[in-house]
Amino acid sequence: MTTSRATAALGALVIAGLVGLALAGDRVAGYRFDAQDSAHALESPSRAHWLGTDALGRDQLARLAEGARVSLLIAIGATTLALAIGLGYGLLAGWLGGRVDGAMMRAVDVVYALPDVLVIVLLIEILQATLLGVPDVARRVAALVAALGFVGWIGIARLVRALVLQAREETWVEAARALGLRDRRILLRHVLPNIAGPILVAAAFQIPAAILAESTLSFIGLGIQPPFSSWGTLASDGFEAMRSYPHLIFFPCLAILLALIGFHLLGETLRASLDPRRRA
Amino acid sequence: MIRYAAGRVLAGVPVLWVVATLTFALLRFLPGGPFDKEKTLPPEILRNLERRYALDGTLAEQYADYLGRLVRGDLGPSYKYVGRDVSDILADALPVSVELGLLALAIALGGGIALGLAAGTRRDSALDRIVGIATLVGVSAPSFVIGAGLILGVGLELDWLPAGLWEGPRYAILPALTLAALPLAYIAQLTRAQVITVMHQDYVRTARAKGVPEGRVRRHHVLRNALLAVLTYFGPLLAILLTGSFVVEKIYAIPGLGRFFVTAVTNRDYPLVLGVTLVYAALVVAANLAVDLLYAWLDPRIRVGGAER
Repeated sequence: MTTSRATAALGALVIAGLVGLALAGDRVAGYRFDAQDSAHALESPSRAHWLGTDALGRDQLARLAEGARVSLLIAIGATTLALAIGLGYGLLAGWLGGRVDGAMMRAVDVVYALPDVLVIVLLIEILQATLLGVPDVARRVAALVAALGFVGWIGIARLVRALVLQAREETWVEAARALGLRDRRILLRHVLPNIAGPILVAAAFQIPAAILAESTLSFIGLGIQPPFSSWGTLASDGFEAMRSYPHLIFFPCLAILLALIGFHLLGETLRASLDPRRRA
Repeated sequence: MIRYAAGRVLAGVPVLWVVATLTFALLRFLPGGPFDKEKTLPPEILRNLERRYALDGTLAEQYADYLGRLVRGDLGPSYKYVGRDVSDILADALPVSVELGLLALAIALGGGIALGLAAGTRRDSALDRIVGIATLVGVSAPSFVIGAGLILGVGLELDWLPAGLWEGPRYAILPALTLAALPLAYIAQLTRAQVITVMHQDYVRTARAKGVPEGRVRRHHVLRNALLAVLTYFGPLLAILLTGSFVVEKIYAIPGLGRFFVTAVTNRDYPLVLGVTLVYAALVVAANLAVDLLYAWLDPRIRVGGAER
């Protein structure tokens, strides 16, 4: 039990640190994230530049902090979107049941059969072209949030639907009905709170999944573009010259790794405390 | 059993049809067309190009035309790679991805089950702790982080293995390890949790009470039941190996199928996108069928198709 509490604390600490970095932004570094300085390009970490500088002399810590903003914003946005769609869809399908449920679940199966990568790439391309007149970085963030949210809601919808199907057969639902409560009230005030635990756990695991997907997309050049950066963009920049300037790839990768481990630990902790069966 | 399998294969056909239709529709939502260049083409040339690739009809006509050729096994010509059919491109790229994927699959299954079994049967030992930390990192790390580490460490610093290109078995090792890392870690976690659960089951206690040697208990009762959980993960695992390959193939400059998911969309190479997607969907359908058949083989309580009632 002590070890699980220690890992929970570790996860919380890591996440708090990264969120702090994101909130502070490039102020922590004392340089603007897009300020170029060709006299100090490609420097290794030093007292002036804690994490070194890139090929254009931009301070890496400032870019990493800016990247934390972008990466975490996208992850939280995508998770919220996935949760909202998945919750609504799952509640509806599970509660209505029967033929409506069957049809809704077939639709889910179809979306599930499409390769995620393809759906994400297509959605990003479509959204990028529709949101004209919006600043480039906002458009890319919106496209990533929408694409990742759209891929993520399927799993949550399936989970919610299964939980609702189970719950609606319970005696307390029957009791609520006998008392003459309306469907909406039973569903939102009685069923939802009872099944919230596993949904919260699934949502918590969506965050690292979204960070992973975003960084991967940015790494292959589909995500955030310079001068703005996400951790994936920074890692991608660093990858090009990693043998000569390993600090450029090391720190972004470390940030991604820490964030993912932190959120996984958070998810595990939630699961352990919310799911009595998992308690060792 | 054979009848059941045949039925399932047939049931896969509508799935592929829906995937083809949806992808076809989604592609046409994309702004721009396959022949948009920096320099605008003269209208006559554009018209000729569109006629050549049967893009001049209405959408419904194009769709009917595509499906008609699809049924005959013709995936059409690529727009981008002039003079090449999509089937030719797939025939070149698919074996590379399959080889990489199968190698990664073997590594992930072998390594993951072995680690999970070792950790699960020695719960709370030092080994269990180490496996716990290693697998946490493994399920967390993006493949490009693992790839960068392997390339930098094993490929460049130690210079043991080639880090890039695809020119023989030695070239497959680092990419396969990179691709296998995440599923390996996940399978290890899954196996460990399952082994711990199974070890407390009545049938294991019974076997031990009967005096069955511990090694046989583990092989015959624990491992076999723990494998069922791993099998459930097989479908998602294949999807991860297939789509995950697009990053790994990019990092290691491997001429596989993965890169087309991105480049074919950016090039608006509709037939190539559809071809790649259909291959992917077919593989997933086949994998799920294989899982269900394996289930029946591993767990005598499950008999598919109600054959043995």
